[in-house]
Amino acid sequence: MIELDHITLQVGSFRLTDVSCHIPRGSHTALMGRTGAGKTTLLEAVCGLRTVQSGRIRIDGRDVTHEPPGARGVGFVPQDGALFAHLTVRQHLGFALDVRRWPAPRIAERVDELASWLRLTHLLDRLPLGLSGGEAQRVALGRALAFHPQVLCLDEPLSALDDDTRADICDVLADIRQRTGVTLLHITHNRREAARLADNVLQLLNGRIESTPVPEA
Amino acid sequence: MTQPPPPTPHRPGSDRPFFIALGILGGTYVLLLLATLGADAFYTTPGHLWRALQSPEIRYAIRLSLLTCTLSTLLSLWVAVTIGYLMTHLQFRGKALIDALLDVPIVLPPLVIGISLLILFQAPPLRALERFFPITYAVPSIVLAQFMVACAFAVRTMRVTFEQLSPRPEQVALTLGCNRSEAFWRVVLPSAKRGILTAATLAWARALGEFGPILVFSGATRMKTEVLPTTVFLELSVGNLEAAVAVSLLMVVAAVSVLLIIRSQGITPSTQRSL
Repeated sequence: MIELDHITLQVGSFRLTDVSCHIPRGSHTALMGRTGAGKTTLLEAVCGLRTVQSGRIRIDGRDVTHEPPGARGVGFVPQDGALFAHLTVRQHLGFALDVRRWPAPRIAERVDELASWLRLTHLLDRLPLGLSGGEAQRVALGRALAFHPQVLCLDEPLSALDDDTRADICDVLADIRQRTGVTLLHITHNRREAARLADNVLQLLNGRIESTPVPEA
Repeated sequence: MTQPPPPTPHRPGSDRPFFIALGILGGTYVLLLLATLGADAFYTTPGHLWRALQSPEIRYAIRLSLLTCTLSTLLSLWVAVTIGYLMTHLQFRGKALIDALLDVPIVLPPLVIGISLLILFQAPPLRALERFFPITYAVPSIVLAQFMVACAFAVRTMRVTFEQLSPRPEQVALTLGCNRSEAFWRVVLPSAKRGILTAATLAWARALGEFGPILVFSGATRMKTEVLPTTVFLELSVGNLEAAVAVSLLMVVAAVSVLLIIRSQGITPSTQRSL
Protein backbone atom coordinates (compact mmCIF):
# COMPACT_ATOMS: atom_id res chain seq x y z
CA MET A 1 0.00 0.00 0.00
CA ILE A 2 1.29 3.44 -0.92
CA GLU A 3 -0.20 6.58 0.63
CA LEU A 4 0.69 10.04 -0.61
CA ASP A 5 -0.59 12.48 1.96
CA HIS A 6 -0.72 16.14 0.80
CA ILE A 7 2.59 15.96 -1.04
CA THR A 8 4.19 19.14 -2.38
CA LEU A 9 7.16 18.82 -4.74
CA GLN A 10 9.23 21.37 -6.60
CA VAL A 11 11.69 20.65 -9.40
CA GLY A 12 13.07 23.86 -10.89
CA SER A 13 10.06 25.90 -11.94
CA PHE A 14 7.79 22.80 -11.99
CA ARG A 15 5.61 22.35 -8.92
CA LEU A 16 3.14 19.74 -7.72
CA THR A 17 1.04 20.97 -4.81
CA ASP A 18 -1.00 19.08 -2.25
CA VAL A 19 -1.13 15.75 -4.08
CA SER A 20 -2.84 12.93 -2.20
CA CYS A 21 -3.72 9.39 -3.21
CA HIS A 22 -4.01 5.89 -1.89
CA ILE A 23 -2.71 2.91 -3.83
CA PRO A 24 -4.00 -0.42 -2.48
CA ARG A 25 -1.56 -3.13 -1.45
CA GLY A 26 -0.89 -5.69 -4.19
CA SER A 27 -2.61 -3.60 -6.86
CA HIS A 28 -1.27 -2.77 -10.29
CA THR A 29 -1.81 0.96 -10.56
CA ALA A 30 -1.34 2.80 -13.84
CA LEU A 31 -0.31 6.41 -13.43
CA MET A 32 -1.38 8.30 -16.52
CA GLY A 33 -1.28 11.91 -17.65
CA ARG A 34 0.14 14.19 -20.29
CA THR A 35 3.87 14.57 -20.92
CA GLY A 36 5.21 17.08 -18.40
CA ALA A 37 2.36 16.50 -15.93
CA GLY A 38 4.85 15.34 -13.28
CA LYS A 39 4.34 11.57 -13.34
CA THR A 40 8.05 10.72 -13.24
CA THR A 41 8.67 13.34 -10.53
CA LEU A 42 5.96 11.73 -8.40
CA LEU A 43 7.37 8.25 -9.02
CA GLU A 44 10.83 9.48 -8.07
CA ALA A 45 9.39 10.90 -4.85
CA VAL A 46 7.98 7.47 -3.98
CA CYS A 47 11.40 5.92 -4.71
CA GLY A 48 13.13 8.54 -2.55
CA LEU A 49 14.98 10.17 -5.43
CA ARG A 50 13.15 13.51 -4.96
CA THR A 51 12.81 15.33 -1.68
CA VAL A 52 9.25 16.38 -0.89
CA GLN A 53 8.78 19.89 0.47
CA SER A 54 5.83 18.92 2.60
CA GLY A 55 3.44 16.04 3.15
CA ARG A 56 3.97 12.36 3.97
CA ILE A 57 4.70 9.20 1.98
CA ARG A 58 3.75 5.90 3.64
CA ILE A 59 4.48 2.42 2.34
CA ASP A 60 2.51 -0.37 4.03
CA GLY A 61 1.78 2.03 6.88
CA ARG A 62 5.44 2.96 7.44
CA ASP A 63 6.35 6.63 7.06
CA VAL A 64 9.22 6.69 4.54
CA THR A 65 9.12 10.42 3.76
CA HIS A 66 12.62 11.07 5.03
CA GLU A 67 14.10 7.63 4.48
CA PRO A 68 16.87 7.20 1.87
CA PRO A 69 15.90 5.36 -1.34
CA GLY A 70 17.71 2.18 -0.33
CA ALA A 71 15.76 1.83 2.92
CA ARG A 72 12.28 2.14 1.39
CA GLY A 73 11.89 -1.33 -0.07
CA VAL A 74 10.97 0.10 -3.47
CA GLY A 75 12.25 -1.42 -6.72
CA PHE A 76 12.68 1.00 -9.60
CA VAL A 77 12.73 0.24 -13.33
CA PRO A 78 13.34 3.36 -15.44
CA GLN A 79 12.32 3.74 -19.06
CA ASP A 80 15.62 2.61 -20.59
CA GLY A 81 16.33 0.02 -17.90
CA ALA A 82 19.51 1.93 -16.89
CA LEU A 83 21.58 -1.25 -16.75
CA PHE A 84 25.14 -1.02 -15.41
CA ALA A 85 27.36 -1.29 -18.49
CA HIS A 86 30.26 -2.98 -16.66
CA LEU A 87 28.27 -5.71 -14.90
CA THR A 88 27.05 -9.04 -16.28
CA VAL A 89 23.40 -10.07 -16.11
CA ARG A 90 24.31 -12.34 -13.17
CA GLN A 91 25.88 -9.41 -11.31
CA HIS A 92 22.79 -7.29 -12.03
CA LEU A 93 20.47 -9.88 -10.53
CA GLY A 94 22.70 -10.23 -7.47
CA PHE A 95 23.49 -6.52 -7.08
CA ALA A 96 20.96 -5.60 -4.36
CA LEU A 97 21.75 -8.81 -2.46
CA ASP A 98 25.48 -8.17 -2.57
CA VAL A 99 24.85 -4.65 -1.22
CA ARG A 100 22.86 -6.32 1.60
CA ARG A 101 25.82 -8.63 2.30
CA TRP A 102 23.92 -11.84 1.62
CA PRO A 103 26.21 -14.90 1.66
CA ALA A 104 27.36 -15.95 -1.82
CA PRO A 105 25.43 -19.29 -1.92
CA ARG A 106 22.14 -17.50 -1.10
CA ILE A 107 22.83 -14.88 -3.78
CA ALA A 108 23.58 -17.60 -6.33
CA GLU A 109 20.36 -19.41 -5.39
CA ARG A 110 18.25 -16.26 -5.75
CA VAL A 111 19.96 -15.31 -9.04
CA ASP A 112 19.25 -18.77 -10.48
CA GLU A 113 15.63 -18.54 -9.34
CA LEU A 114 15.15 -15.11 -10.98
CA ALA A 115 17.04 -16.10 -14.13
CA SER A 116 14.93 -19.17 -14.64
CA TRP A 117 11.69 -17.24 -13.96
CA LEU A 118 12.58 -14.35 -16.29
CA ARG A 119 14.15 -16.59 -18.96
CA LEU A 120 17.62 -15.08 -18.48
CA THR A 121 19.59 -18.23 -17.68
CA HIS A 122 21.34 -18.34 -21.07
CA LEU A 123 22.31 -14.66 -20.73
CA LEU A 124 23.75 -14.74 -17.19
CA ASP A 125 27.35 -14.12 -18.23
CA ARG A 126 26.56 -11.50 -20.86
CA LEU A 127 27.15 -7.74 -20.47
CA PRO A 128 24.21 -5.39 -21.21
CA LEU A 129 25.75 -4.29 -24.51
CA GLY A 130 24.09 -6.38 -27.18
CA LEU A 131 21.02 -7.42 -25.17
CA SER A 132 17.71 -6.84 -26.98
CA GLY A 133 15.23 -4.30 -25.59
CA GLY A 134 13.05 -7.03 -24.08
CA GLU A 135 16.03 -8.84 -22.54
CA ALA A 136 17.33 -5.59 -21.04
CA GLN A 137 13.92 -4.88 -19.48
CA ARG A 138 13.71 -8.41 -18.05
CA VAL A 139 17.17 -7.90 -16.50
CA ALA A 140 16.08 -4.51 -15.08
CA LEU A 141 12.93 -6.14 -13.63
CA GLY A 142 14.92 -9.02 -12.14
CA ARG A 143 17.45 -6.62 -10.62
CA ALA A 144 14.64 -4.60 -9.00
CA LEU A 145 12.78 -7.69 -7.73
CA ALA A 146 15.80 -9.52 -6.32
CA PHE A 147 15.52 -8.07 -2.81
CA HIS A 148 11.76 -8.75 -2.51
CA PRO A 149 10.57 -5.10 -2.56
CA GLN A 150 7.10 -4.23 -1.31
CA VAL A 151 6.62 -1.77 -4.18
CA LEU A 152 7.80 -1.85 -7.78
CA CYS A 153 7.89 1.51 -9.60
CA LEU A 154 7.96 1.30 -13.39
CA ASP A 155 8.58 4.37 -15.54
CA GLU A 156 7.18 3.57 -18.99
CA PRO A 157 9.03 0.23 -19.20
CA LEU A 158 7.26 -0.77 -22.41
CA SER A 159 7.43 2.45 -24.39
CA ALA A 160 10.59 1.68 -26.37
CA LEU A 161 9.65 -1.92 -27.23
CA ASP A 162 8.19 -3.40 -30.41
CA ASP A 163 4.69 -4.93 -30.27
CA ASP A 164 5.76 -8.56 -29.75
CA THR A 165 8.27 -7.70 -27.03
CA ARG A 166 5.74 -5.38 -25.42
CA ALA A 167 3.23 -8.26 -25.20
CA ASP A 168 5.93 -10.48 -23.73
CA ILE A 169 6.88 -7.94 -21.03
CA CYS A 170 3.17 -7.40 -20.29
CA ASP A 171 2.94 -11.14 -19.56
CA VAL A 172 6.03 -10.88 -17.34
CA LEU A 173 4.50 -7.96 -15.40
CA ALA A 174 1.23 -9.84 -14.89
CA ASP A 175 3.21 -12.86 -13.73
CA ILE A 176 5.29 -10.73 -11.33
CA ARG A 177 2.14 -9.45 -9.66
CA GLN A 178 0.61 -12.90 -9.39
CA ARG A 179 3.74 -14.55 -7.98
CA THR A 180 5.02 -11.85 -5.63
CA GLY A 181 1.98 -9.83 -4.61
CA VAL A 182 4.14 -6.69 -4.99
CA THR A 183 2.35 -3.34 -5.32
CA LEU A 184 3.03 -2.03 -8.83
CA LEU A 185 3.00 1.67 -9.69
CA HIS A 186 3.38 1.94 -13.43
CA ILE A 187 3.64 5.10 -15.53
CA THR A 188 2.15 4.60 -18.97
CA HIS A 189 0.65 6.62 -21.81
CA ASN A 190 -0.87 3.54 -23.37
CA ARG A 191 -4.56 2.92 -22.54
CA ARG A 192 -4.43 -0.65 -23.88
CA GLU A 193 -1.48 -1.40 -21.59
CA ALA A 194 -3.40 0.08 -18.65
CA ALA A 195 -6.53 -1.89 -19.60
CA ARG A 196 -4.59 -5.13 -19.79
CA LEU A 197 -2.50 -4.82 -16.64
CA ALA A 198 -4.00 -2.31 -14.22
CA ASP A 199 -6.84 -2.67 -11.75
CA ASN A 200 -6.48 0.92 -10.62
CA VAL A 201 -5.87 3.99 -12.78
CA LEU A 202 -4.70 7.37 -11.51
CA GLN A 203 -4.74 10.41 -13.73
CA LEU A 204 -2.32 13.27 -13.00
CA LEU A 205 -3.92 16.40 -14.36
CA ASN A 206 -3.09 20.04 -13.61
CA GLY A 207 -1.18 19.05 -10.49
CA ARG A 208 -4.02 16.92 -9.09
CA ILE A 209 -4.40 13.15 -8.92
CA GLU A 210 -7.77 11.68 -9.79
CA SER A 211 -8.82 8.08 -9.73
CA THR A 212 -10.43 7.17 -13.05
CA PRO A 213 -12.08 3.98 -14.29
CA VAL A 214 -9.81 1.38 -15.86
CA PRO A 215 -10.01 1.88 -19.64
CA GLU A 216 -11.72 -0.89 -21.56
CA ALA A 217 -9.47 -3.14 -23.59
CA MET B 1 -5.14 36.28 -58.35
CA THR B 2 -1.85 36.90 -60.19
CA GLN B 3 -0.04 33.92 -61.59
CA PRO B 4 3.32 33.06 -59.94
CA PRO B 5 6.27 33.75 -62.28
CA PRO B 6 7.67 30.72 -64.07
CA PRO B 7 10.60 29.13 -62.18
CA THR B 8 13.95 30.53 -63.30
CA PRO B 9 16.58 27.86 -63.85
CA HIS B 10 19.30 28.15 -61.19
CA ARG B 11 22.51 26.24 -60.92
CA PRO B 12 24.60 26.87 -57.74
CA GLY B 13 28.29 27.57 -58.35
CA SER B 14 30.94 24.95 -57.66
CA ASP B 15 31.95 24.22 -54.04
CA ARG B 16 35.53 23.63 -55.14
CA PRO B 17 36.96 27.17 -54.63
CA PHE B 18 35.48 27.29 -51.13
CA PHE B 19 37.11 24.02 -50.08
CA ILE B 20 40.39 24.89 -51.83
CA ALA B 21 40.60 28.17 -49.86
CA LEU B 22 39.85 26.40 -46.57
CA GLY B 23 42.28 23.61 -47.47
CA ILE B 24 45.11 26.07 -48.09
CA LEU B 25 44.55 27.88 -44.80
CA GLY B 26 44.16 24.71 -42.72
CA GLY B 27 46.83 22.83 -44.63
CA THR B 28 49.44 25.53 -43.93
CA TYR B 29 49.09 24.95 -40.19
CA VAL B 30 49.19 21.17 -40.54
CA LEU B 31 52.33 21.51 -42.69
CA LEU B 32 53.94 23.77 -40.09
CA LEU B 33 53.27 21.14 -37.40
CA LEU B 34 54.71 18.39 -39.54
CA ALA B 35 57.69 20.52 -40.51
CA THR B 36 58.62 21.28 -36.88
CA LEU B 37 58.38 17.61 -35.91
CA GLY B 38 60.30 16.66 -39.04
CA ALA B 39 62.98 19.27 -38.27
CA ASP B 40 63.55 17.70 -34.83
CA ALA B 41 63.64 14.20 -36.28
CA PHE B 42 66.05 15.07 -39.12
CA TYR B 43 68.34 17.20 -36.96
CA THR B 44 68.87 14.31 -34.56
CA THR B 45 70.96 11.32 -35.51
CA PRO B 46 70.88 7.96 -33.69
CA GLY B 47 74.34 8.93 -32.43
CA HIS B 48 73.01 12.09 -30.76
CA LEU B 49 70.20 10.12 -29.13
CA TRP B 50 72.60 7.42 -27.95
CA ARG B 51 75.02 9.97 -26.48
CA ALA B 52 72.13 11.75 -24.78
CA LEU B 53 70.88 8.52 -23.27
CA GLN B 54 74.40 7.71 -22.03
CA SER B 55 74.70 10.97 -20.10
CA PRO B 56 74.13 10.41 -16.34
CA GLU B 57 72.47 13.85 -16.03
CA ILE B 58 69.95 13.08 -18.79
CA ARG B 59 69.28 9.60 -17.42
CA TYR B 60 68.64 11.17 -14.03
CA ALA B 61 66.28 13.70 -15.67
CA ILE B 62 64.37 10.92 -17.45
CA ARG B 63 63.97 8.97 -14.20
CA LEU B 64 62.94 12.07 -12.25
CA SER B 65 60.49 13.13 -14.97
CA LEU B 66 58.85 9.70 -15.02
CA LEU B 67 58.63 9.61 -11.22
CA THR B 68 57.31 13.15 -10.71
CA CYS B 69 54.85 12.98 -13.63
CA THR B 70 53.42 9.73 -12.30
CA LEU B 71 53.09 11.12 -8.75
CA SER B 72 51.50 14.39 -9.92
CA THR B 73 49.14 12.44 -12.19
CA LEU B 74 48.00 10.19 -9.33
CA LEU B 75 47.45 13.24 -7.11
CA SER B 76 45.62 15.04 -9.92
CA LEU B 77 43.32 12.06 -10.49
CA TRP B 78 42.30 11.85 -6.83
CA VAL B 79 41.48 15.54 -6.74
CA ALA B 80 39.90 15.66 -10.22
CA VAL B 81 37.56 12.73 -9.59
CA THR B 82 36.50 14.29 -6.29
CA ILE B 83 35.94 17.80 -7.66
CA GLY B 84 34.34 16.54 -10.89
CA TYR B 85 31.83 14.44 -8.93
CA LEU B 86 31.03 17.21 -6.42
CA MET B 87 30.61 19.90 -9.07
CA THR B 88 28.26 17.66 -11.05
CA HIS B 89 26.18 16.50 -8.10
CA LEU B 90 25.96 19.53 -5.81
CA GLN B 91 24.24 22.86 -6.29
CA PHE B 92 25.53 25.56 -3.96
CA ARG B 93 25.99 29.29 -3.72
CA GLY B 94 29.25 30.43 -5.32
CA LYS B 95 29.49 27.38 -7.62
CA ALA B 96 30.09 29.58 -10.70
CA LEU B 97 32.95 31.32 -8.87
CA ILE B 98 34.59 28.01 -7.94
CA ASP B 99 34.09 26.81 -11.50
CA ALA B 100 35.97 29.86 -12.81
CA LEU B 101 38.66 29.47 -10.14
CA LEU B 102 39.30 25.87 -11.24
CA ASP B 103 40.23 27.17 -14.70
CA VAL B 104 42.75 29.72 -13.39
CA PRO B 105 45.80 27.41 -13.68
CA ILE B 106 44.90 26.79 -17.34
CA VAL B 107 44.91 30.48 -18.26
CA LEU B 108 47.61 31.73 -15.87
CA PRO B 109 51.12 32.25 -17.35
CA PRO B 110 53.21 29.28 -16.11
CA LEU B 111 55.90 31.51 -14.59
CA VAL B 112 53.25 33.21 -12.47
CA ILE B 113 52.25 29.85 -11.01
CA GLY B 114 55.88 29.24 -10.07
CA ILE B 115 56.27 32.66 -8.46
CA SER B 116 52.96 32.25 -6.60
CA LEU B 117 54.08 28.91 -5.20
CA LEU B 118 57.44 30.39 -4.20
CA ILE B 119 55.74 33.25 -2.34
CA LEU B 120 53.21 30.89 -0.72
CA PHE B 121 56.04 28.78 0.70
CA GLN B 122 57.58 31.88 2.27
CA ALA B 123 54.60 32.01 4.62
CA PRO B 124 55.68 31.20 8.23
CA PRO B 125 53.69 27.93 8.69
CA LEU B 126 55.03 26.49 5.43
CA ARG B 127 58.57 27.66 6.19
CA ALA B 128 58.29 25.81 9.48
CA LEU B 129 57.13 22.72 7.62
CA GLU B 130 60.11 22.97 5.25
CA ARG B 131 62.50 22.59 8.17
CA PHE B 132 61.33 18.97 8.54
CA PHE B 133 60.24 18.29 4.97
CA PRO B 134 62.06 20.35 2.32
CA ILE B 135 59.83 21.29 -0.57
CA THR B 136 61.13 24.45 -2.30
CA TYR B 137 64.10 23.70 -4.59
CA ALA B 138 63.66 19.99 -3.82
CA VAL B 139 61.91 17.12 -5.63
CA PRO B 140 58.50 17.63 -3.88
CA SER B 141 58.36 21.13 -5.39
CA ILE B 142 58.50 19.59 -8.89
CA VAL B 143 55.52 17.36 -8.11
CA LEU B 144 53.60 20.32 -6.66
CA ALA B 145 54.38 22.59 -9.63
CA GLN B 146 53.34 19.89 -12.11
CA PHE B 147 50.23 19.08 -10.05
CA MET B 148 49.04 22.73 -10.09
CA VAL B 149 48.62 22.73 -13.88
CA ALA B 150 48.00 19.04 -14.63
CA CYS B 151 45.20 18.87 -12.07
CA ALA B 152 43.28 21.72 -13.73
CA PHE B 153 43.17 19.75 -17.00
CA ALA B 154 42.21 16.55 -15.19
CA VAL B 155 39.41 18.39 -13.34
CA ARG B 156 37.95 19.69 -16.63
CA THR B 157 38.02 16.19 -18.13
CA MET B 158 36.42 14.55 -15.10
CA ARG B 159 33.76 17.24 -14.85
CA VAL B 160 32.72 16.64 -18.48
CA THR B 161 32.89 12.88 -17.93
CA PHE B 162 30.52 12.99 -14.94
CA GLU B 163 28.20 15.45 -16.69
CA GLN B 164 27.88 13.09 -19.65
CA LEU B 165 26.98 10.09 -17.51
CA SER B 166 23.25 9.47 -17.16
CA PRO B 167 22.16 9.91 -13.53
CA ARG B 168 19.73 6.97 -13.86
CA PRO B 169 22.11 4.05 -13.11
CA GLU B 170 23.30 5.80 -9.95
CA GLN B 171 19.69 6.45 -8.92
CA VAL B 172 18.79 2.81 -9.54
CA ALA B 173 21.77 1.77 -7.40
CA LEU B 174 20.42 3.98 -4.60
CA THR B 175 17.01 2.29 -4.76
CA LEU B 176 18.74 -1.10 -4.68
CA GLY B 177 20.16 -0.36 -1.25
CA CYS B 178 23.37 1.59 -1.91
CA ASN B 179 24.27 4.76 -0.09
CA ARG B 180 26.00 7.49 -2.14
CA SER B 181 29.45 6.13 -1.44
CA GLU B 182 28.54 2.55 -2.46
CA ALA B 183 26.77 3.82 -5.60
CA PHE B 184 29.90 5.85 -6.42
CA TRP B 185 32.32 2.93 -6.07
CA ARG B 186 30.06 0.25 -7.56
CA VAL B 187 28.39 2.14 -10.41
CA VAL B 188 29.59 5.70 -11.07
CA LEU B 189 33.36 5.18 -10.99
CA PRO B 190 33.40 2.09 -13.26
CA SER B 191 31.19 3.99 -15.74
CA ALA B 192 33.72 6.85 -15.74
CA LYS B 193 36.67 4.54 -16.49
CA ARG B 194 37.39 5.96 -19.93
CA GLY B 195 37.19 9.53 -18.69
CA ILE B 196 39.60 8.68 -15.87
CA LEU B 197 42.11 7.22 -18.31
CA THR B 198 41.79 10.31 -20.53
CA ALA B 199 42.27 12.60 -17.52
CA ALA B 200 45.32 10.59 -16.43
CA THR B 201 47.01 10.69 -19.83
CA LEU B 202 46.31 14.40 -20.26
CA ALA B 203 47.60 15.19 -16.77
CA TRP B 204 50.70 13.09 -17.36
CA ALA B 205 51.44 14.82 -20.68
CA ARG B 206 50.92 18.29 -19.15
CA ALA B 207 53.18 17.40 -16.22
CA LEU B 208 55.91 16.11 -18.55
CA GLY B 209 56.00 19.38 -20.48
CA GLU B 210 55.86 21.66 -17.43
CA PHE B 211 58.85 23.99 -17.26
CA GLY B 212 58.13 27.57 -16.14
CA PRO B 213 56.81 26.84 -12.62
CA ILE B 214 59.52 24.21 -12.07
CA LEU B 215 62.29 26.60 -13.07
CA VAL B 216 61.07 29.20 -10.55
CA PHE B 217 59.90 26.95 -7.72
CA SER B 218 62.37 24.06 -7.98
CA GLY B 219 65.39 25.63 -9.67
CA ALA B 220 67.48 23.92 -12.33
CA THR B 221 70.12 22.04 -10.38
CA ARG B 222 71.67 19.15 -12.26
CA MET B 223 71.18 15.73 -10.69
CA LYS B 224 68.80 17.27 -8.17
CA THR B 225 65.79 19.07 -9.63
CA GLU B 226 66.48 18.43 -13.30
CA VAL B 227 63.53 17.11 -15.29
CA LEU B 228 63.48 16.73 -19.09
CA PRO B 229 62.34 20.32 -19.95
CA THR B 230 65.06 21.58 -17.58
CA THR B 231 67.59 19.45 -19.49
CA VAL B 232 66.55 21.04 -22.78
CA PHE B 233 66.97 24.48 -21.20
CA LEU B 234 70.35 23.67 -19.62
CA GLU B 235 71.76 22.01 -22.73
CA LEU B 236 70.62 24.95 -24.86
CA SER B 237 72.17 27.45 -22.45
CA VAL B 238 75.60 25.78 -22.84
CA GLY B 239 75.22 25.59 -26.64
CA ASN B 240 74.75 21.82 -26.83
CA LEU B 241 71.96 21.92 -29.40
CA GLU B 242 72.32 18.24 -30.36
CA ALA B 243 71.56 17.02 -26.84
CA ALA B 244 68.72 19.57 -26.45
CA VAL B 245 67.06 18.35 -29.67
CA ALA B 246 67.58 14.68 -28.76
CA VAL B 247 65.84 15.20 -25.41
CA SER B 248 63.11 17.22 -27.13
CA LEU B 249 62.54 14.32 -29.48
CA LEU B 250 62.14 11.96 -26.52
CA MET B 251 59.45 14.28 -25.16
CA VAL B 252 57.75 14.48 -28.57
CA VAL B 253 57.59 10.67 -28.70
CA ALA B 254 56.12 10.57 -25.16
CA ALA B 255 53.55 13.28 -25.99
CA VAL B 256 52.47 11.64 -29.25
CA SER B 257 52.12 8.28 -27.47
CA VAL B 258 49.84 9.93 -24.92
CA LEU B 259 47.81 11.52 -27.70
CA LEU B 260 47.38 8.12 -29.35
CA ILE B 261 46.20 6.60 -26.05
CA ILE B 262 43.60 9.37 -25.66
CA ARG B 263 42.39 8.92 -29.23
CA SER B 264 42.13 5.16 -28.80
CA GLN B 265 39.91 5.78 -25.77
CA GLY B 266 37.50 7.69 -27.98
CA ILE B 267 37.64 11.10 -26.28
CA THR B 268 34.32 12.75 -27.05
CA PRO B 269 33.92 16.01 -28.96
CA SER B 270 32.48 17.78 -25.91
CA THR B 271 35.49 16.72 -23.82
CA GLN B 272 37.77 18.15 -26.46
CA ARG B 273 35.72 21.34 -26.57
CA SER B 274 36.09 21.82 -22.86
CA LEU B 275 39.84 21.49 -23.13
